[in-house]
Amino acid sequence: MTSIAAAANENLANISNVLIYSAMAVYTLAFLAHIAEWVFGSRSAVGRTAAALTVEAQAPAAAAKAAQGGGTAVLERPKVVTRSAVGSRDIPDGPGAAGTSEKGDVYGRIAISLTVLAFLLHAGAVLTRALSVERAPWGNMYEFSTTFGMVVVAVYLGLLVAKKNVRWLGLPLTTTILLDLGLALSVLYTDSDQLVPALHSYWLWIHVSCAILSGAALWVGACSTLMYLIRDGYEARLVIGRTGAGLDRYLAELPQDRKYARLKAKIARGTDNPVSRLPAAATLDKFAYRINATVFPLWTFTIVAGAIWAEAAWGRYWGWDPKEVWSFITWVAYACYLHARATAGWKGRKAAYIALAAFACYIFNYYGVNIFVTGKHSYAGV
Amino acid sequence: MAKTETTPATEDKDIGVAGSQLSTAPAEDGGQAVPGSFGGVRRPGALGWLAWSGREAVGWVRWFWRQLTSMRVALILLFLLSLATIPGSLVPQTSVDAVKAENWKKAHETVASVYDKLGLFHVYTSVWFSAIYILLFTSLVGCIIPRTWQFVGQLRGRPPGAPKRLTRLPVHTTWHTEAEPEQVLAAARTLLKKRRFRTDASGDAVAAEKGYLREAGNLVFHIALIVMLLAFASGQLWKSEGQKLMVEGDKFSNTLTQYDDFKSGSLFTSDDLGPFGFTMDSFEGTYERTGPQRGTPRKYEAGVTYWDGADGAPKKATIKVNEPLETAGSKVYLIGHGYAPVVTVRDGKGEIAFRGAVASLPLDANVTESTVIKVPDTRDKDGNKTQLGFKGLFVPTQVPEMPMVSKFPALDNPRLVLTAYRGSLGIDSGLPQSVYQLDVSKMKQYKNGKRPFAQNLKVGDTMTLPDGAGTLKFEGIKPWATFQVSQQPGNSMALVGAVAALVGVAGSLFIQRRRVWVRAVRGADGRTVVEMAGLGRSESAKLPEEIGDLAGALQPDAPPVAPEEPTESAQPEDSADPSEGARA
Ligand code: HEM
Repeated sequence: MTSIAAAANENLANISNVLIYSAMAVYTLAFLAHIAEWVFGSRSAVGRTAAALTVEAQAPAAAAKAAQGGGTAVLERPKVVTRSAVGSRDIPDGPGAAGTSEKGDVYGRIAISLTVLAFLLHAGAVLTRALSVERAPWGNMYEFSTTFGMVVVAVYLGLLVAKKNVRWLGLPLTTTILLDLGLALSVLYTDSDQLVPALHSYWLWIHVSCAILSGAALWVGACSTLMYLIRDGYEARLVIGRTGAGLDRYLAELPQDRKYARLKAKIARGTDNPVSRLPAAATLDKFAYRINATVFPLWTFTIVAGAIWAEAAWGRYWGWDPKEVWSFITWVAYACYLHARATAGWKGRKAAYIALAAFACYIFNYYGVNIFVTGKHSYAGV
Repeated sequence: MAKTETTPATEDKDIGVAGSQLSTAPAEDGGQAVPGSFGGVRRPGALGWLAWSGREAVGWVRWFWRQLTSMRVALILLFLLSLATIPGSLVPQTSVDAVKAENWKKAHETVASVYDKLGLFHVYTSVWFSAIYILLFTSLVGCIIPRTWQFVGQLRGRPPGAPKRLTRLPVHTTWHTEAEPEQVLAAARTLLKKRRFRTDASGDAVAAEKGYLREAGNLVFHIALIVMLLAFASGQLWKSEGQKLMVEGDKFSNTLTQYDDFKSGSLFTSDDLGPFGFTMDSFEGTYERTGPQRGTPRKYEAGVTYWDGADGAPKKATIKVNEPLETAGSKVYLIGHGYAPVVTVRDGKGEIAFRGAVASLPLDANVTESTVIKVPDTRDKDGNKTQLGFKGLFVPTQVPEMPMVSKFPALDNPRLVLTAYRGSLGIDSGLPQSVYQLDVSKMKQYKNGKRPFAQNLKVGDTMTLPDGAGTLKFEGIKPWATFQVSQQPGNSMALVGAVAALVGVAGSLFIQRRRVWVRAVRGADGRTVVEMAGLGRSESAKLPEEIGDLAGALQPDAPPVAPEEPTESAQPEDSADPSEGARA
């Protein structure tokens, strides 16, 4: 590399850093706007879901009546009636973060626009970093983290564009991205540089890009699972009338010495309002399943691609290196989750816990193994 | 709301047999087995007892097998497998890095003995790990075989007939039409066939099913897992892996005796070695010159000329870190490199006692190397037989301040720092000796006054030993490289298994298996009531859309009209069902 090129590269690396800081600033604004969205939403009709419950039961009849309205007139397309799976509650999706508040909705839209802007800055940062090192931007943990964060946002925006019901993800998303970038800049930062020869392979491109994409989608799945667990608890209480005033009554009757139960009830009272605005537990659960089920083949491919690369680099496709071990554990854990969903008595919450554990394995494979365990995969420094 | 978590998530009684076998998952066996469950009545006498015990034993074996092949146990075994895999990533494994494992054992002596007993230094070949995966794969085989039969049966059978009340299905639609019921059914059948459903008409309804490939994909996936396990096992049993250090210009042919180090699986024989050989023509390594990662290797490549026993014609090739040479069923990997100073040693009589390249052992990332030269056949100036030994460092980039440590891995200022000994090298004792170590217990170091005799040589320099005992000339430097030659049968089988598993699992997760029924009967008002319903697994999201689509496509043949009052449709009854929700 000549010194002129080196200087140009250093310049690009600096631009990349500036872009990352700008992206973080804009993500912070998006985060605040999302907070405003939730706050305004809480002032809109509370307990709407509970009211909807009773309305809901009459709905099909009403729909049928409407359809039968006009004498012998030819009807439009017949209405398709669906009914939720046996054993799940018939509770509709919540109205979303902004509730019915228009102001909240405006803040929500601002937040999403800011997220798009921040994403563009973020993508620019990743691109300039890649140009500065003249290779794919994932040669060390700093680069992996920034690229990973960018892909997470891309997945979220992609789901929004595909008109999926994911606006509720905005707040957890911006929170996570800020944490991720903060960690990357403060702890993991490495100056841009080339790779050691063992990392030169187009299988690296394939393997790592699939790993990043899988991880980003799995993050969305895990987030949805976590929300499912929270919302499911809420709905269980809703059904037995232990929300709102019912919860207050319950809390008043709880003896003082049942500290744990009281704490739980108090947390519930504090969080029920936002939780009531989330999609229904059944919706969140299905969404998480679809994401995880879609990623599973991709993750399988990631491991296979890694094995092919290992075969080319080290002469064996599988050698129980810590990174390999943890990808395998993650894979088996997700297979566990898929199995659990097909096993009587394991659907629902238990499967959800398995899904969270599986995602924890993915994260550990990245941070834990790189930091606490050393193996062949530990290359260009933390 | 009636339906809460407490409702068992079994199939709805309204759906009945129509919902059965939507997958081939084994049925859950809830029955409790206790001693005496299977024997039945015991007749008096020894024969009676024998017969009873037989029944009891068979019953228990079958019960155990059913448990082992159940989804629940598969789930538990999968869970155990993931847990059991963890320790191998935290405790150093002998098979992965023997040196590291040894060091760890030395550093943690008390725990190490316990760990050793538990097999924690070779987790993946330990008894308990093997037990888990063998049980899991037994369970898998025991699960696949009946599932395959069941699936074949489903393929040969027909889609199950329509349930009595289609309006009770999770997704349904209904309308009235002037068209005759037979006409509607015929049109429905044609439509469904065109959409590649398997259809079957019986009575007043058409039944259709699609997405069998889901099941096929799932079976392929599970079978592929077995293929991969077998491929991995055969690879472990027949593999061989040898290492060879070669200085530029050296020649290697693939026989056991040529290897410096050789490992093989338990079923490997030396006849399995592929017939080939190669010469190392050149080696090139470049390093980062600037920046914080100065000294990090950027490029390693070895130029070789190889011949394959099959035709024997010499061919040229380059071996890089990620690009092994493949020939005669083996792969040759480049795994390490260093420098070999070329020296000429003359004895006291002026005869050449040794001439050649001495591969030296790298000690650090900047390739400071330890050099040992053993010269067994020499005479001193009086003509007496003796042996000479040289020991020291090769430093590819020497700086004056720190002559004993290399500052950079490339040959910027190469120096050889040596001291010399005479006496017995100890190589005649018959004990194997490391070429990198000089045993000085029976040797005497040359002195320069009181201080050990030593010299810092650059290429072309000559070191003259005291008392005219001889000279050593540093002639030049040649690179060396270590190669690993691996033979691992089963690689292609593993790849085929992996690809099959991928295709299978994608099919299993992306294809939706679903059933559609269409019923057309004459209503009380003389018009035809068309009912259409769909059933898939609870995860299928697209079913309502698909039913809407099908209904739309059927309407040209069964144009909807409103029924005459009073209605006799199923609707009013449905609205009494509290679990009904309008989620269309
Ligand atoms: C050893 C006994 C095993 C049994 C009895 C078994 C059984 C099954 C069955 C019946 C299904 C279909 C479930 C459905 O239709 O929803 C299934 C799906 C699946 N199995 Fe297995 N399996 C076994 C082992 C494994 C293993 C070792 C793996 C891989 C780690 C695995 C991974 C999967 C996956 C990914 C699915 C797809 C899940 C879905 O369709 O939602 N299975 N398994």
